[in-house]
Amino acid sequence: MLSALSVGLGLYALAFGTGLAGRRLLAAVYLLSALAGATIAIAALRVLIAAGPAEVATLPLGLPWLGAHLRIDALSAFFLLVVNFAATLISVYGLEYGSHDAEPRRVLPFYPLFLIGMNLVLVADDAFAFLVSWETMSVASWLLVLATHRQDETRSAALLYLVMASLGTGALIFAFGILAGESGSYGFAAMRAAPITGGKAAVVFALALMGAGSKAGIVPLHVWLPPAHSAAPSHVSALMSGIMTKVALYGLVRILFDLTGPPPWWWGVVVLAVGAITALLGVLYAVMQHDLKRLLAYHTVENIGIVVIGLGFALAFRANRLDGLAALALVAALLHVFNHAMFKSLLFLGAGAVQVATSERDMERLGGLIRTMPRTAFTFLIGSVAISALPPFNGFVSEWLTFQAIIRGSELPQWLLKFEVPIVGAMLALAAALAAVCFVKVVGVVFLGRPRSPQAAEAREVGNTMVAPMAGFALVCTLVGVLPMILIDILRPVIALLLPGSGPALAGSSLLWLVPLGADRSSYSGLIVIAAVAILATVLVAAIHRFASNRLRRSPAWDCGFPDTRTETEYTAGSFAQPIRRVFGTTVFAARERVHMPAPGETHAASFEVTLKDPAWEGLYRPTATAVSFLADRLNVVQFQTIRRYLTLMFAALVALLLIVAVSQ
Amino acid sequence: MTTSLLDLVQLILVLALAPLLTGIVRKVKARLLGRRGPTLIQPYRDLLRLLRKEVVLAPSASWLFRVIPYTTFAAIWLAAAIVPTFTTGLMTSRIADLIALVALLGSARFGLALAGMDVGTSFGGIGSSREMMIASLAEPAMLMVTFTVALLVRSTSLPHISEFMLTHAVGIRISLLLGLISLAMVAIAENARIPVDNPATHLELTMVHEAMVLEYSGRHLALIEAASMVKLLLYLSLIVAMFLPWGMGIELPLGWAALGIGLGAYAAKLMVGAVLLGVFETAIAKMRVFRVAEFLGGAFLLGILAAIFLYVSEGL
Amino acid sequence: MPVLANLTYDTAHLLDAGMLVLSFALLYQRRLFGVLKIYAMQAVLLAAAAAWQAHAQDAPQLYITAATALVFKGAVIPIALHRIIVRLDIHRAIETALGIGPTLVVGVALVSLSILLVLPVTAASAALTRESLASALSIVLLGLLMMITRRNAVSQVVGFMSLENGLILAAVGVKGMPLVVELSIAFEVMVAFIIFGIFFFHIRERFDTLDVHDIERFRGERS
Repeated sequence: MLSALSVGLGLYALAFGTGLAGRRLLAAVYLLSALAGATIAIAALRVLIAAGPAEVATLPLGLPWLGAHLRIDALSAFFLLVVNFAATLISVYGLEYGSHDAEPRRVLPFYPLFLIGMNLVLVADDAFAFLVSWETMSVASWLLVLATHRQDETRSAALLYLVMASLGTGALIFAFGILAGESGSYGFAAMRAAPITGGKAAVVFALALMGAGSKAGIVPLHVWLPPAHSAAPSHVSALMSGIMTKVALYGLVRILFDLTGPPPWWWGVVVLAVGAITALLGVLYAVMQHDLKRLLAYHTVENIGIVVIGLGFALAFRANRLDGLAALALVAALLHVFNHAMFKSLLFLGAGAVQVATSERDMERLGGLIRTMPRTAFTFLIGSVAISALPPFNGFVSEWLTFQAIIRGSELPQWLLKFEVPIVGAMLALAAALAAVCFVKVVGVVFLGRPRSPQAAEAREVGNTMVAPMAGFALVCTLVGVLPMILIDILRPVIALLLPGSGPALAGSSLLWLVPLGADRSSYSGLIVIAAVAILATVLVAAIHRFASNRLRRSPAWDCGFPDTRTETEYTAGSFAQPIRRVFGTTVFAARERVHMPAPGETHAASFEVTLKDPAWEGLYRPTATAVSFLADRLNVVQFQTIRRYLTLMFAALVALLLIVAVSQ
Repeated sequence: MTTSLLDLVQLILVLALAPLLTGIVRKVKARLLGRRGPTLIQPYRDLLRLLRKEVVLAPSASWLFRVIPYTTFAAIWLAAAIVPTFTTGLMTSRIADLIALVALLGSARFGLALAGMDVGTSFGGIGSSREMMIASLAEPAMLMVTFTVALLVRSTSLPHISEFMLTHAVGIRISLLLGLISLAMVAIAENARIPVDNPATHLELTMVHEAMVLEYSGRHLALIEAASMVKLLLYLSLIVAMFLPWGMGIELPLGWAALGIGLGAYAAKLMVGAVLLGVFETAIAKMRVFRVAEFLGGAFLLGILAAIFLYVSEGL
Repeated sequence: MPVLANLTYDTAHLLDAGMLVLSFALLYQRRLFGVLKIYAMQAVLLAAAAAWQAHAQDAPQLYITAATALVFKGAVIPIALHRIIVRLDIHRAIETALGIGPTLVVGVALVSLSILLVLPVTAASAALTRESLASALSIVLLGLLMMITRRNAVSQVVGFMSLENGLILAAVGVKGMPLVVELSIAFEVMVAFIIFGIFFFHIRERFDTLDVHDIERFRGERS
């Protein structure tokens, strides 16, 4: 595996070098990246199937007394598989999509650099290598977000991203610092050998959640995610939403499950609460959006919440030594990591295709694309059904497993957890249902109906190199949906690594039947369901066409006898979301709808205005920003001192430090 | 009788009984309103008439519009065949547990909502958006009912739930009563019955489900109407299987006597359920659309209370 | 057929839980007459619970509590309030300080709080007592919630009366509690005074005076 990894990273580096040359070698950059991704993905898959011991290596880079430790165990291998498989398909997509970039020099070199950073995070085995790779990943993605730097919203999105990423890395630095202080070394092997407990563990937990969580997008640290993901080019958005968030979750899993030792039960309480709030708020934000890419970015927040709920259950079950159930919850979480990477990438690539065909991102100006872009529409539809957690696709399988963990959550002994579990379950059910609402809106407004603007009417299907990756993702979504055990078998070594002694997860399952807890408790067979529906539908079509009628006639729409072919009468995205806005929006978002009617005699049109306030922004960020500005203004006085005052300050600082050293002797 | 033959019997049974059930509900409502009402087999006649008619399609309708009636009906029919009716021994009952069943119905509804948006008229949009709002509010309530029952039975597999209720000394439990009421409220919302939606309305602004399928005609409309009827039968069967399973055959292989008792008990319970639904629909008025959120919030609340009461009585 | 095992516990549990569900229904209502009907139903359930406890604990004085609850709270008070509302034309829609949805959410949180509080503290007692106490505390808290979230005087009084129902439930639930009958009659008298208080408040609002002599002057014109 290490050899394959080095080959892959070498290819990525070559792609980086090629990218510096510019648009002429665009195809080479993406092809090299795709090749690199395929190499690493296949090697990772073989590692998981073989389920052997971890491979370790040390490189003489970085800090002189530390070097750079690399380690590929089952967890790294799984995430390497996810990252590189998606990266391969997205790179193929980039062959045609990248040619539409206005400034390719701003994208081409940093795309492979981004992938290098992500891969190195996954194999880093000491804090230094981890943090350097993490920062590489952040900076490369930040530069990619700035690819469209001439637009105002991109610049503000990039600034916000930079601030949040810095805060996150700062939190991680402190977390690793505490872990290193406890174990005496920056290497992960030493940290594993010295489990941490008590107050220090709580601080590490909070810092890890803040650091990795802000990169993953948990509420309230998610505010950078939607602007950044929608400003970046679509294939980069797919990488950021589908893949980078997963790398962040890898960091969280590595710290909480591997480096800190056995967790106390209250970690489960906090993580479950955070996950549930993230899932529900993420999807509520998403329902209110009408920009296609922002909507998809908010759905990333929701799905991260779902994964975090699974992780919370794993922590809670593990703390109570219910290892079999912890394994189930962890399988659900990791399966959802894979599934989300697949369908989120698919959806962002579809959004990119729509943007290329129509130059529009606003759903209110699209429509009817199913006729002009049939293949994109079909794959996007599969992605939408998958993300709405509906059978027979893969999103349903991981959510079903999460629900099984919720049902068994009543066995947790602590009363706080007992009461929290059904609430979390209800919030998850609501979030899943609202996701379906949102994607009916997206598919209905963007692809169905009639075109709402000339650009939408004149769209044309994109080329094969853009459709093929989308079809690839759609195929994987379907396969994992009907035969999930293939992937769950691959996950077994990961579970054995993180939860030693838990036994094989989902022991009663076979290729056709998913039996997580025992045949008399619950069972599901995706293949039989889809086969049965297909057979019944085919029989119906044949029988009805043969025995009843198969005549068909085209005629203007009924529309209750008031046909109006103007496209303004079509339902818009805002109208579709209005019932949800009415029920939830008034409390969560302080949603207000106002109609401005012209006075009699005025000639301008009436207008309808909806205002929404982001609770995280109003409640947390705006006061914090105000406080920081206030402090900065007060401290500004330090700028305008005389030289003597400055010398006094330095003298005072020196004396204070000497005092501290003297007192602590 | 072998189990695969029993599966086939159930598949045909649910399809055959569904229009009769709708006929009974309509007859009861008509009688209570002082009318004679249509005959009990009128829904069969309606379906046959629609099947033989030509489909009239709007120019903006896509292939999705034509495919969805078949897939939706197939999904709902399969779901109805999964719920145990006269016996717990079917193989089809194991291909999806309660949560997967609800999700399968969600898939069917996703398809119908897309069909509502397909033609691009405002009525389709209003129907789809309201239907999806009601469905999303019913999900937490349904999950609470599932959670409560699973807390007691330790399973979400429907045949196991029915068997548990039949063989164990469950006693009179308030949690089950609250769960039953909550499930009934969810069933009313999902089947678009009064007080949530009026299945017989002609006023577009009061429509939810009807507005969504306004553009369908001919054999497509027949399939969608049949799907609604089968969905009503499905929810009645679900309530019966989860809370009132007496008479179901649980020993396999199923003898002829047990089969007869099972079928008879099931048919009788369905008839009673249909009559009660008709009476209930006549007795109360339809709610304003945004009061439905409070109605389903009430169902959710009852579900939570049921779980809390179970926690209390199990924790003592 | 399910065997009716443990009938005593199950029936008591059923009645207690029924009263709790009706407390929630009181919070859900938007119409004043609906509130009165639900209060009457809660009083009937209280009477049934008291009668069942009389049977289970073998304490015949609780039958008197049951009878007074049934007659006084199940019939007399609701009918009296009904007539007051009609006669004095009191505003019949209920305005809430907090929306109905959030109020119900707070209610569920209060019930969870009561359970989390009562169950561990009473670990040494019988199951029936513990569970009655948890339900009773919940009903008291929900009654208080109703009092503080309603702007209408009559609904606030009904909240107070349902709180009192909860207290009586707690009293009958504990085996061997002395002076239960005296306690319940004392409560009835207090409630009667409160109702008189509303009556007088609204008369004074209407006629600007409580002087019976002045009010009698109107009698000829009104009839």
